[in-house]
Amino acid sequence: MTDNLTLAERLAAHLEPLPKKERMKIDRHSMVEQDALARAKNFAEVNLGYTEQLAILEADRCLQCPKPYCIDGCPVSVNIPNFIRLLGEGDVKAAADSLLGDNALPCVTGRVCPQETQCEQVCLRGKTGKPVAIGYLERFVADWAINHRDAFADARPTPTGKTVAIVGSGPAGLTAAGELTKRGHKVTIFEAFHAAGGVLIYGIPEFRLPKDIVQKEVDRLVADGVDIEPNSIVGKTFTLPELREKFDAVFVAVGAGLPVFMGVPGENFKGVYSANEYLTRVNLMGAYNPDSDTPILRGKRVAVVGGGNVAMDSVRTARRLGAQEAVIVYRRSRTELPARVEEVHHAEEEGVRFEFLTAPTEVLADEKGWVSGLKCVRMELGEPDASGRRRPVEIPGSEFVFECDIVVAAIGTRSNPLLTSTSPDLKVNKWGYIEVDGNLQSSMPGVFAGGDIVRGAATVILAMGDGKKAGQNIDAYLRGELAAPQPEAEPASATARGH
Amino acid sequence: MHPIVSKAQLSPNVTRLVVEAPRIAEIRRPGQFVIVRRGPGAERIPLTVADVDKAAGTISLVIQAIGKSTHELTSLNVGDAIQDIAGPLGNPTHLLAGGHAVCVGGGVGTAVAYPIAQALAANGVHVTSVIGGRSKEWVIYEQELRAVGDVVVCTDDGSYGRPGFVTEALKELCEAGGIDEVFAIGPVPMMRACSELTRPFGIKTTVSLNSIMIDGTGMCGGCRVSIDGKTEYACVDGPEFDGHTVDFRQLADRLNTYREFEQAALERWTSEHAGAAR
Ligand SMILES: Cc1cc2nc3c(=O)[nH]c(=O)nc-3n(C[C@H](O)[C@H](O)[C@H](O)COP(=O)(O)OP(=O)(O)OC[C@H]3O[C@@H](n4cnc5c(N)ncnc54)[C@H](O)[C@@H]3O)c2cc1C
Ligand SMILES: Cc1cc2nc3c(=O)[nH]c(=O)nc-3n(C[C@H](O)[C@H](O)[C@H](O)COP(=O)(O)OP(=O)(O)OC[C@H]3O[C@@H](n4cnc5c(N)ncnc54)[C@H](O)[C@@H]3O)c2cc1C
Ligand code: SF4
Ligand code: SF4
Ligand code: FES
Repeated sequence: MTDNLTLAERLAAHLEPLPKKERMKIDRHSMVEQDALARAKNFAEVNLGYTEQLAILEADRCLQCPKPYCIDGCPVSVNIPNFIRLLGEGDVKAAADSLLGDNALPCVTGRVCPQETQCEQVCLRGKTGKPVAIGYLERFVADWAINHRDAFADARPTPTGKTVAIVGSGPAGLTAAGELTKRGHKVTIFEAFHAAGGVLIYGIPEFRLPKDIVQKEVDRLVADGVDIEPNSIVGKTFTLPELREKFDAVFVAVGAGLPVFMGVPGENFKGVYSANEYLTRVNLMGAYNPDSDTPILRGKRVAVVGGGNVAMDSVRTARRLGAQEAVIVYRRSRTELPARVEEVHHAEEEGVRFEFLTAPTEVLADEKGWVSGLKCVRMELGEPDASGRRRPVEIPGSEFVFECDIVVAAIGTRSNPLLTSTSPDLKVNKWGYIEVDGNLQSSMPGVFAGGDIVRGAATVILAMGDGKKAGQNIDAYLRGELAAPQPEAEPASATARGH
Repeated sequence: MHPIVSKAQLSPNVTRLVVEAPRIAEIRRPGQFVIVRRGPGAERIPLTVADVDKAAGTISLVIQAIGKSTHELTSLNVGDAIQDIAGPLGNPTHLLAGGHAVCVGGGVGTAVAYPIAQALAANGVHVTSVIGGRSKEWVIYEQELRAVGDVVVCTDDGSYGRPGFVTEALKELCEAGGIDEVFAIGPVPMMRACSELTRPFGIKTTVSLNSIMIDGTGMCGGCRVSIDGKTEYACVDGPEFDGHTVDFRQLADRLNTYREFEQAALERWTSEHAGAAR
């Protein structure tokens, strides 16, 4: 598509033409947010979204580049200029059709993708100013689609008679379910928890990703014919070999759900949580509501160890649960923080304090076993390590104690052996992640895998990308058009374990 | 949904619910448990599968009403249903192939010990069960345990069986000798006392730990316990451990984490259900 053609179309849609020069003059529109002081006390969503008018104005900032770098920045190659152009023309429905064709859960990615290191990082407008707010626009279009479900006709595919089991209902599992259902296969999702959504419901908090949005996406899949079997732990309730026998193909998307603790003395005192437990109690079990049956300790002073999204979510949750002081303890410096920039920024606005170049050495407790402090040591950056980042080293004699009553360990997750240890034919690597070939097929023919259980803790969009690819390849496999597993092939995924 | 097909009151605060859960009935092995969530807003709590009826597709849950969640469950009636039951979870009991085992059950722990005694007997093991309660009406599962071996009943007030604690009866059995393994299941102080008692005799002692759980699959770490100085997860590494290696003090301490919340929740519940709660 050429720039001229796009402009011609624009001329037809707008009363006045909008030349590139004019578009360059428009500044990035920020999203309306809840006031920082108010929101630090509630669990409602922080970002309130664009109005249609703001969205169209922001869409006008896009230059419709003939060589759109933004697409290369997106792990699933969303045709960004196309949906933005349609939005700018005021045709939100067409924009939604375009977006949903590339991305099954844009209402989620628009909110949680690290845009600043993906699509927006390479946006041409970012070279001279601020990039187009691709994430915000994606969210706007996606939310419109959710609220106008009737505008989208359900294509009812002819059933193929083939059945596929999906293990895990996180973004990878849900995306694969959509892909396979679209092609007429009968999908059953087996989920360990009582509710579907994976990290989207038990990990990422309400104030960043409202649960009813995820629920609507799950409901849509169910309406399209997907069966969800909650409380089904594969490795316990069923084994993978059993599912393989009963179904024509299986997709394993169980995530990387094993918590990692800090390995310092005192970790079993009352008041030390893994981020998994802390966030699950609050999000999935609703413990932020005082009437919930599931309790959560509400600390006055909370230390969260880690610097990723999980750490930011935990520390911001602590503030909302009433912590007067909520501190991030991170062993590297600000530049290495792996969390989304927006989350760090929001955390700071909400009064979260950051202790950089600091590492925990011991959890202290009072005589009754309640956490009373976190002993820490200051670090400095030394030689680069294997990941290319400078390795933090202890400064001798720099110990100090941060007085606190809650410590949350948010320093990463590992693979859970529950499923893999009961599937002897399933090959895993030395960290316990499932090995797959370029088609995401595992060492068991007909068993595919993707998302965090293949990559290690990664991102929502990468998990969704795997779900989509697996869906397409399983379809090919079911039609007898996919090669047998290629054990020696280059793994499909680069491991991204940034913590 | 898991409909309740029968209900029985076993002691003043212990109730048995038989519920439909065909898949779990089919595959669970002794020593395993389930995570139960009564309905929307409810907690997820672990309960042992006390018995199964494969043909009927049902499992028995024997529940001691102590806090809000267990009171709510035991106030359900035939015809009601439990929304979520996940499992079977945990490792099955490692069963001796023969010899003599003593199963010690305290309170609701007797119901947790029953499937183990049953399986041991089926494996050809001679089982002696030592069960106790405050007084006669608190003794549960006596008949069931008699069907699989000898039973020694102890009551604190001497109203039934022999007077005194289960530990005294266990001590005599240990002194008599010939015991290959002791299974001790009940309140933490009782499991600790049994483990201390058997230690000098060098008798292998297995306990089933009741730490606080959420998922039961190893993803939260909330159920962690110290075993021989190493942190393990009761839900996936247990729930049964060698009693001589367990840090019972830490277990008891961690079980107190939510005491204030639990008391408030129970008070709220009882005032809302005045008369319904026992
Ligand atoms: C707190 C937090 C915040 C995050 N923030 C961001 C963010 O802002 N942006 C971003 O891009 N990424 C973020 N991530 C990472 C992202 O959420 C994950 O990479 C992504 O969810 C992985 O998707 P998945 O489908 O592979 O697995 P998951 O989302 O982990 O889903 C796996 C599902 O499988 C189920 N399961 C596990 N074992 C079994 C079993 N044996 N049988 C049956 N079911 C099983 C689980 O219960 C779960 O529902 C965050 C992660 C966390 C924890
Ligand atoms: C593997 C395992 C098997 C069990 N089997 C049985 C059984 O067969 N019958 C039975 O009556 N009880 C059993 N329990 C204990 C039972 O789970 C608790 O009594 C129950 O969760 C208490 O909930 P509540 O709301 O009624 O009481 P609460 O008021 O919440 O708590 C009362 C006590 O129960 C403990 N507790 C609270 N929440 C939990 C939780 N989520 N998980 C575990 N313990 C908790 C607390 O430490 C406290 O001491 C088992 C526990 C485990 C870990
Ligand atoms: S999916 Fe993520 S990376 Fe791709 S365009 Fe949307 S926000 Fe950007
Ligand atoms: S790089 Fe930026 S300006 Fe260019 S098409 Fe993509 S979003 Fe528009
Ligand atoms: S209950 Fe969560 S890890 Fe054991």
